Amino acid sequence: MLTPRQDYNRRARRRSIFIAAASTAAAISLLLLLIPLSPGWAAVQKSFFNAEIFAKSFPVLLRAFVLDVAIFLWCAPLIALWGLAIALCRDARAPALYPLRLFGALYTDVFRGVPVILIVYLIGFGVPGLGLPRPWNSPYIWGSLALILTYSAYVAEIFRSGIDSVHASQRSAAASLGLSDWHVMRDVVLPQAVRRVAPANMNMLIALQKDVALLSFIGPVEILRQAGVYKSLYANFTPYVAAAVIFLVVTIPATRFADRMLARQQKQRS
Amino acid sequence: MNEKLRLKNVHKSFGAQKVCHGIDLTVNEGETICLIGASGSGKSTLLRCINLLEDIDEGMILLDGADISKPGLDPQPVRQRIGIVFQSFNLFPHMTAVENVMLAPRRVHGLSRAELRPRVETLFERFGLADRMQSYPDQLSGGQQQRVAIVRALAMEPEIMLLDEITSALDPELVGEVLDVLRQLRQQGMTMILATHEMKFAREVADKVCFLDKGVILEEGPAEQIFGAPEKNRTRDFLRRVL
Repeated sequence: MLTPRQDYNRRARRRSIFIAAASTAAAISLLLLLIPLSPGWAAVQKSFFNAEIFAKSFPVLLRAFVLDVAIFLWCAPLIALWGLAIALCRDARAPALYPLRLFGALYTDVFRGVPVILIVYLIGFGVPGLGLPRPWNSPYIWGSLALILTYSAYVAEIFRSGIDSVHASQRSAAASLGLSDWHVMRDVVLPQAVRRVAPANMNMLIALQKDVALLSFIGPVEILRQAGVYKSLYANFTPYVAAAVIFLVVTIPATRFADRMLARQQKQRS
Repeated sequence: MNEKLRLKNVHKSFGAQKVCHGIDLTVNEGETICLIGASGSGKSTLLRCINLLEDIDEGMILLDGADISKPGLDPQPVRQRIGIVFQSFNLFPHMTAVENVMLAPRRVHGLSRAELRPRVETLFERFGLADRMQSYPDQLSGGQQQRVAIVRALAMEPEIMLLDEITSALDPELVGEVLDVLRQLRQQGMTMILATHEMKFAREVADKVCFLDKGVILEEGPAEQIFGAPEKNRTRDFLRRVL
């Protein structure tokens, strides 16, 4: 038997679910009714949502996407390591390490201050221009390096905020046991900092996953470039839509995962 | 009795705020010293200075006759000899209780977990924590956390223990179990300096009670004297308020 309060709550919950469903249905029907009424709809449908071209380009795009994933997979760990190194440079307190500190500050300023695509161009075209022998003139290497350099600047700032967020009392407690500065950092501060900023770093991974496509501007035939090829071939934009779908299939679950991590963490802390 | 620790004219300020205003204190081996006084009277700061977590501005701190407050001295070896336990426990939340305790001996003395195991297990058992070794700090009650913090400090085999209001953050029913630990330590002859608000406990265990007021030791003496017949008006006022 439900108490009057439970009964009331249950009815209120049912009513709000019903209202939410009805208003969502209304909004979607309105869009489906209105968009086809726009004057250019027929043309847009033909050049962006062509089922036949979608089916033809999709498998090839998927294969090209493997390259994006590969670039992502080798960049991500290097970004994490280099980002952490820069963060530690910025946290160096000994006077002898001041140059490192200065370097860390300059580094994050420069690489966060320039658009990613510019870094990709400058390094991706610039370094191979030195006339290096194969394989050192590969756009994969230098394009990846451009991504690594840029992203580690952001990741370094995330790590640094994590390091700063570990309360001073933790450092005191560790130091009071006679641990060296390095061990205080490695055993006490860093493990807590890295965990705390994991959701923020997840977001960087999602952004990186998309920005891998920027390498298409300097040569590698990854998914975006492949889509461009098909666009020219069929004189139709549907391959771009197909590429977008492929990206979403990866990034949406990743985003949800990151959100859940964040929510879980906030729940733990409260 | 041997003199273990001696503070001579210790001054400490944070910016314009003077916290310790010329403190002299002698602690003999095996003694329990209780620092009492209102919040902000300088008790915690004094303990942090002894552990070299804060640098003193003026004066001297002698440990076994050697000046440990000399500017430029490496604080690590000193800290290994002086343990400190904080009001807010400050356990490392990402490690189990036993890892918390083993970290410093492993890193500082280069001992392995296996080598440390017997000694650490004995400590956990002695303080009623035998079944809590694998727990994370947030799975422990406040009293258990504070006992783990004490074990963590003891694992470095310190010569002096500093205890900074270690029962102030505990629920009243958990205070007893932590004070029991201190009684045990005292019996074993540990030299201890406590900053405390537990007046009954101070009266019971202290060899010497120091009343701090505005950064100086206004009055010091045996517990019966300070609690029974305080000489200074401010001491009397303070005790009337807290007892």
